[in-house]
Amino acid sequence: MTEAEVVELEQPLEADWSCRVNGSPMGDMPADLYIPPDALEVFLESFEGPLDLLLYLIRRQNLDILSIPIAEITRQYMAYIEVMQALRLELAGEYLVMAALLAEIKSRMLLPRPAGSAEDDEEDPRLALIRQLQEYERFKAAAERIDDIPRLERDVYHAHASRDALAGPPPPAPALEDLIDALVGVLRRANLSAHHQISAEALSVRERMTRILETLEHEDFVDFVSLLVVSEGRPGVVVAFLAVLELSKGGLLEWGQGEAFGPIQVRRRMAVVEDA
Amino acid sequence: MRDWESAALEPGVGELELALEAVLFAASEPVPVKDLLAACSTVDADAPAPAELDAALERLAAHYHARSIELVRSAGGYRFRVRQRFSPQVQAAQPERPPRLSRALLETLAIIAYRQPVTRAEIEDIRGVAVSTQIMRTLTEREWVHLVGHKEVPGRPGLYATTRTFLDDLGLGRLDELPALDDLRALVDLPSDAALPVLPRSQDGGEEPPPES
Repeated sequence: MTEAEVVELEQPLEADWSCRVNGSPMGDMPADLYIPPDALEVFLESFEGPLDLLLYLIRRQNLDILSIPIAEITRQYMAYIEVMQALRLELAGEYLVMAALLAEIKSRMLLPRPAGSAEDDEEDPRLALIRQLQEYERFKAAAERIDDIPRLERDVYHAHASRDALAGPPPPAPALEDLIDALVGVLRRANLSAHHQISAEALSVRERMTRILETLEHEDFVDFVSLLVVSEGRPGVVVAFLAVLELSKGGLLEWGQGEAFGPIQVRRRMAVVEDA
Repeated sequence: MRDWESAALEPGVGELELALEAVLFAASEPVPVKDLLAACSTVDADAPAPAELDAALERLAAHYHARSIELVRSAGGYRFRVRQRFSPQVQAAQPERPPRLSRALLETLAIIAYRQPVTRAEIEDIRGVAVSTQIMRTLTEREWVHLVGHKEVPGRPGLYATTRTFLDDLGLGRLDELPALDDLRALVDLPSDAALPVLPRSQDGGEEPPPES
């Protein structure tokens, strides 16, 4: 196809579709080239990004990368991107970059160059894209072949005799009932010392949360029960218990139990180190 | 002198073979040769020479030739596995189908496998989309991919590589047993000369590209 034909293709775009591709008249766009926004979800799932979409258009639709109707593709891209922005901004950005690249390539192809310019210095703008597409295609094929290799737990299975029984069952994580049992035990003891309660000071849960965090600041695991101070009587124990639950809900505490039926232990959760 | 053959409970299977069988069945991972040698030294004070170990493993493998399980060797060592022709039966007995791996995950894995050690940016360059944190986490949690260092460029991005577990899970001994990467496939017939004229010259330009092969 000559550049003259490319120009011919671009110019009547706005008017109607009586354009010629590779010299032959072209009526409609291939039906499955345009993807209606309704099908966007399917579209997003079936392509792994703009390179994958472009490869599909080239391999399946026999789209000639040397004469891609960039204007129309860009228009389609833009329509998808509008919808995509509502759904997956990250993806939209990548398609937008590809649309911009295609438009840039096309504009560079269409611009006349002054005779005698150093044309050998400048690489065909399509080459870099073609190389990227080819490279992507190799890994796309490699990925399919890796998926075909018989894989453990899908196609092949270990034969081994379990020796887990030798180690015994792992200690159970404390269940809510265990916490409640512990609370009941402490409350029972609190009842015994209820008459020692003199102070009418209102105990706030928030304040207690801070105090518990302070208590746990320098210490490793402490017995959960030790946070509930029996001498404070029933209200004090309840406030402490609520404070511990609040802290736990906020992800500030870590629970442990050294052995089955052992004391329930708690400590401050260490700062989570983000992986790079 | 060792007397494995005379101690055989079945022809070809002696105390050493039985010990190896026990060790291999008790392990949930492939057992490296050095661990097998260590296990053998409890049968006989002198650990067998590696050649004797190989011979014993061969006898053990031969013993299983008519059974539904087989002794195989992969990157991490030796393990027993179900013969592949019985996989449908094993699958049918399992309540859950193993999840399919997404194309995005497989492509990321392929790039790491063939280009390792590789940074996320390099993976993104090839795929044309951002590497999802979720995919890297899944690959790391499956112990197929791990961080092996940092590239000495600004930002010191992490370098990723595949693990021995990846090879073991695919039944491969070495990385180069992966299928070879395709050659670059021509998308269009461009002249091999990289510096193409941007505009066709007046007389000779505008040749229609031949159809794709």
